[in-house]
Amino acid sequence: MTQVSIQTGDFDTATELAALENCGGGGVASFTGVVRGDDGLIALELQHYPAMTLAQVERIVEDAMTRWPLLGVRVIHRFGRLEPGDRIVFVGTASRHRTAALESCAFLIDWLKSHAPFWKKEHFSDGEARWVDARAEDEAKARDWLS
Amino acid sequence: MAPLNILYFAWVREAIGRDEEQVERPSADMPIADLIAMLAARGGGYAQALGDPDRLRAALDQHFVPLDTPIGTARELAIFPPVTGG
Repeated sequence: MTQVSIQTGDFDTATELAALENCGGGGVASFTGVVRGDDGLIALELQHYPAMTLAQVERIVEDAMTRWPLLGVRVIHRFGRLEPGDRIVFVGTASRHRTAALESCAFLIDWLKSHAPFWKKEHFSDGEARWVDARAEDEAKARDWLS
Repeated sequence: MAPLNILYFAWVREAIGRDEEQVERPSADMPIADLIAMLAARGGGYAQALGDPDRLRAALDQHFVPLDTPIGTARELAIFPPVTGG
């Protein structure tokens, strides 16, 4: 089972985890990203490249499937306006082996950060707004998987 | 041949003030960086958005490519800052 969703709406992590547990692998790993309310942040606006996003995330998932023996991969990435405490992203992997589940989950979230066409804009309580700069360490983490 | 469709995202889109536009198709061997320089020469928001290519990334027909890639026969070029998803 592999499924990728790019959506504005929320998702239920318990439902997603249960589906992965039913893949028969015996091991499920997941990562859920949640909007942080640091420095008076009131909203996060996520823009994406609709014609590219789904295909690009599916390419990243296929890459993970060739690297690890996976029985299930679920990726959900939201876009639009989100508030502190809202879930942004979910990555879940199922495998017979815990190492494969854990490593592929980490790989997927690292690659989503640096290879999926999303851009975040932060809105603050004082009316300021700014586009988030890409972090060199995120690029470096993604590159580490190539070595 | 069909014109080239250019898409802009994030602060590139905001500075230029449009989501997309069509331009006359450049020669196939023109690198993306040269087209970006031509667009930046329009001045105003274009110069602001595209004046520093080190801050830009690109995709040709929905695939990430380096800025020295020739435009070739691509139908769609997207210009944007480094991505910040996840």
